[in-house]
Amino acid sequence: MSDAGLRPRRARARFLKPRMRSVMALCAVAALGTGFTGARLAAQERDVTEAEFDKFRALMEESNTAELFEIKGEELWTAKRGPKNASLERCDLGLGPGVLKGAYVQAPRYFADVGKVMDIEARIVHCMITLQGFRFEDLAKAPFSTEQRTPEVVSLVTYVAGQSRDMKIAAPQSNAQERDAYGLGEAIFYFRAGPWDFSCASCHGEDGKRIRTQNLPNFTNPRTAPRGFIGWPGYRMTGGVMHTLQWRMNDCFRQQRFPEPGYVSDTVTALLTFMAVNANGAVYKGPGIKR
Amino acid sequence: MKRAIIWGAAIAAVAVTGGCATTKDRAAYEADAAATIKRDFHARGAASMDRLNQDKLQLACTKHRDNLPMDLQKGIEEAELAKIVLPADGRFMGDWKSGARIAESGRGMTWSDPPGEASGGSCYNCHQLSPQQTSFGTVGPSLRQFGKLRGYTPETQKYAYQRIYNSKAFTPCSTMPRFGTSKTLSEGQIKDLVAYLLDPASPVNKD
Repeated sequence: MSDAGLRPRRARARFLKPRMRSVMALCAVAALGTGFTGARLAAQERDVTEAEFDKFRALMEESNTAELFEIKGEELWTAKRGPKNASLERCDLGLGPGVLKGAYVQAPRYFADVGKVMDIEARIVHCMITLQGFRFEDLAKAPFSTEQRTPEVVSLVTYVAGQSRDMKIAAPQSNAQERDAYGLGEAIFYFRAGPWDFSCASCHGEDGKRIRTQNLPNFTNPRTAPRGFIGWPGYRMTGGVMHTLQWRMNDCFRQQRFPEPGYVSDTVTALLTFMAVNANGAVYKGPGIKR
Repeated sequence: MKRAIIWGAAIAAVAVTGGCATTKDRAAYEADAAATIKRDFHARGAASMDRLNQDKLQLACTKHRDNLPMDLQKGIEEAELAKIVLPADGRFMGDWKSGARIAESGRGMTWSDPPGEASGGSCYNCHQLSPQQTSFGTVGPSLRQFGKLRGYTPETQKYAYQRIYNSKAFTPCSTMPRFGTSKTLSEGQIKDLVAYLLDPASPVNKD
């Protein structure tokens, strides 16, 4: 089921000696410390810090921690699991049953069998329900990673995302439902509410803004919009957890002082459609590393 | 009333376009967005569902994507100005040291904040203030040397108090929250922040 052309990279991660892996983990911890100190440096030094972090990120991506989650995800993908004791190998992510190459960069998309637009995570959840017999309520109970636990769906999304590494983002707008998801997502992006009157655009609608020292990509500018898509799923060194875009949307709404959006809900799908389509044409680098 | 008209128009727009979704206009998507959000979200912690009901200002800024037409601006500014409650004792200045702590704190109003704890002002998230704090955001303008540049006058004190209490009284679609109107900060906390900006002894006004 997995494309032969993608094997070497995955295989290389798999055969990394255990000792190499612990060295990598140590480097991550050391760099994490540097990152914290960096945040407190003088303003003029910030660009230097940023450049150093970029170098570190480039180094890490040579032997990316995220790949460990990809390996776990592949095991989960092929294993017979759930009440129906079935694997996910027949799961159709939009390009046909079992086709993984390119699926992540061509989502969210419309799925005729359910009559709605889904992102990859929503679609994997759908397959876990229909093929394996899991219940949505159970999958949605605690869907995000914590320091103690990485939900299986997070590893699965990371694995599937890895199969689109170095491919161009091409989220489709080929039918009314997909175009509606974009229009709805755009409207949600500008929806101001809550005690602090925030919309997504309050932080992500202008160029060159920061919260504290954290740069905020402008999702309405084609030049910076890909930053909302590239690098996810991401291994967050603060806390050492793997997160997907579903988590990113959830945590943005928390900081927006909104109530909580439902897991894989239409609101989140629409926003992800808006962001993915705005990122179209950029090259997806695969699961990445976050501060 | 006005809201009912907007909703009516939006629903009509959806009805007219019907299945031919690609011809939907912006107002129709905006109506969809409000309805979809209300359907998809649930209350959590202090973040209750009524937070999703847009007031007149939020509706107008959403509709005009934060670029309000001139004819709407004045009315909204006046309405927001009327929501500001000035201190009964006529004093605007509190303790700048307490203000410094409030300016640093980004806590408050999220579903993960422990209920009952005082909120901060999240000032450094968006503004430069004291030169000693180099971790500051740039969503809002720099407020470094606020008093030194503007003068330590009672008028400036009153302006700073009002601006923190309800920034929308001056810039209707400002990104800055209405800290007093939303009951995020108390009168005393706002006074402390005014002192942080306008006490000559505050680090904000030192080089």
